[in-house]
Amino acid sequence: MGISNIIFLLLLSAGTGLFVVNAKKIRRNILLGKDLDRSDKLSERWKIMTLVALGQKKMFARPIPALLHIFVYVGFVLINIEVLEMFIDGIFGTHRFLSILNFESFHFYNFLIGFFEVLAFLVTFGCAVFFIRRNIIHVKRLSMKELNGWPRTDANLILCSEIILMSALFLMNAADQTLQQMHSEHYCAAGSFPISQFIAPILSGMQEHSLMMIERVCWWFHIIGIFGFLNYIIISKHFHIVLAFPNIFYSNLNPKGQFTNLQSVTNEVKAMLDPSFTPPPANPDQPMRFGAKDIFDLSWKQLLDAYTCTECGRCTSSCPANQTGKLLSPRKIMMSTRDRLEEVGRNIDKNKKFVDDGKSLFGNYISSEELWACTSCNACVQECPVNIDPLSIIIDLRRFLVMEQSAAPQALNMTFTNIENNGAPWQYSPTDRLNWVNEN
Amino acid sequence: MSELKVKTMAEYAASGEQPEILFWVGCAGSFDDRAKKITRAIVKILNHVGMKFAVLGTEESCSGDPAKRAGNEFLFQMQAMNNITTLNNYNVKKIVTGCPHCYNTLKNEYPGLGGNYEVIHHTQLVQQLIDAGKLKVKGGSFAGKKITYHDACYLGRANDVYEAPRSVIQNLDANLAEMKRSREKGFCCGAGGAQMFKEPEKGTKDVNIERTEEALSHKPDVIATACPFCMTMITDGVKHFNKESEVKVMDIAELAANTLQ
Repeated sequence: MGISNIIFLLLLSAGTGLFVVNAKKIRRNILLGKDLDRSDKLSERWKIMTLVALGQKKMFARPIPALLHIFVYVGFVLINIEVLEMFIDGIFGTHRFLSILNFESFHFYNFLIGFFEVLAFLVTFGCAVFFIRRNIIHVKRLSMKELNGWPRTDANLILCSEIILMSALFLMNAADQTLQQMHSEHYCAAGSFPISQFIAPILSGMQEHSLMMIERVCWWFHIIGIFGFLNYIIISKHFHIVLAFPNIFYSNLNPKGQFTNLQSVTNEVKAMLDPSFTPPPANPDQPMRFGAKDIFDLSWKQLLDAYTCTECGRCTSSCPANQTGKLLSPRKIMMSTRDRLEEVGRNIDKNKKFVDDGKSLFGNYISSEELWACTSCNACVQECPVNIDPLSIIIDLRRFLVMEQSAAPQALNMTFTNIENNGAPWQYSPTDRLNWVNEN
Repeated sequence: MSELKVKTMAEYAASGEQPEILFWVGCAGSFDDRAKKITRAIVKILNHVGMKFAVLGTEESCSGDPAKRAGNEFLFQMQAMNNITTLNNYNVKKIVTGCPHCYNTLKNEYPGLGGNYEVIHHTQLVQQLIDAGKLKVKGGSFAGKKITYHDACYLGRANDVYEAPRSVIQNLDANLAEMKRSREKGFCCGAGGAQMFKEPEKGTKDVNIERTEEALSHKPDVIATACPFCMTMITDGVKHFNKESEVKVMDIAELAANTLQ
């Protein structure tokens, strides 16, 4: 085993090891959320995951970004087959191991490599257009102020990384095919290069060892880049490429208008209406709270939503409150939830368990002005290509505000009083309910 | 307008009879002057087809929707459980509501608290009556008129009811002009989530103005709604643009009832 194989194996174990460590942290953080049973209707769940995650169904509400996204998505998934080959080559010191798939009758390997080159070109094209949309055309939903700072940098880093990784692949193939044409030892004739053939002429006339140098540097750059990228996506919004699948699998399958009925409240109301009703004993480990003040009061699905969000802003661009200049942005609700959850995660990393930091999701991250702007219209829920539900978080925070803080806007407090006293949100007498029959 | 024939659930119970369907009027339909006209239109249709229906009358109470959307789960469940007791006492099986918010709440949120009914919205009932040949709305005063339909969030996205109201408009032989933001992409009128009962938060524009502007850009003769809250918001929007003499805002039930003799 050569030195390069050992270096490769070390990189492989470090790269995947670090990834696993961070993945476990994300899992731990998500499980800080409250229990929620989403293990029902499995066949419906598989179906929705196939259609919406694998099939990108909801993306096509906006066809142009959907098409570009398909390029990047399909390219990313399928080019991983080539990465698998690079892994095999890296471990065993082979070169283009999968060229064994070139059969006498059909050069399947050549077809694959050619196909991957076309995909890689489409990935590069897609990422370049995405970069232009973000930084030159300034598409509104991609240039809003909530993206200032890290979110904007994060997005551009992802796009640039993908473009650079694909470029390294083309340059590697260009050098490889030039070496193949020179009948260089070790560089067996394999593959077809519909894209990189246009780069190859630039390399013609170069010395064999320079070409080998370029080929090797690109190979290592690509493979190190992939390990780097793997460990980058897990701390970035880009982790949606993985979490979109479980997040859609565990979608809310009820009608969007159906809000949860809080069991804790049901017990209290039943006890009020029926003195003989004895509520089940409270769980001493979970202090009773109505609604959500912090991430601990949200469900694991709501926390998974936060990690799945890739900040595309389709929700915000369809939000009637946001579109009329209100402070509310459903995307920002998700970003705030993730920011707070990551802060809690770091707190646990440092102290072994969560030590009260005097902060909470409501107050430090999300304000009541945002919450009270929501019309509960479900546009954000409808728009999300990965079935995130920002509305459920808004409502849970409102529940905390109203039931624990008595902090509803004054007009709503009057509405509540009217409903309690008159059985209607306005101050009308219930005895007048049938007056419409005789009015013209 | 002719006399309406309306019986309460209590009257049915007293005579030992059971109506086919309970008409859940809703608070807006009972008290709001504009929405009361929609209620009368619904009853006019029910009377026209001779359907045996009842209302709860003074026994009806707020479904709890605004309380729930505002975060007051206590008040919602108090309302819900009291209403469920009333409905179950009368052995109610089928309900038609005059309001998408009541519809959503009764259909989706009452079952978990012990209230299981078949719930439909009045636009669905009107469509069913047309489809069954019991109600004929063709060739009325709306034939050839341009009507744009504003999707109510709690009918559309919340419950995937998009076709029933549109089918009624098409049966009027009217020209249905779709707004760009319609169906799944429908833009809220601004009243949902208990916004109806509070001042809007600080912003650059009111939601109903944004929506009405979009509807008016199609130069419709009528903006059709299916929700009493949307009715209020869009009517205010039309007044804002001083268009009330040119553009009518009407509920789907009113459009259908207007064609009846």
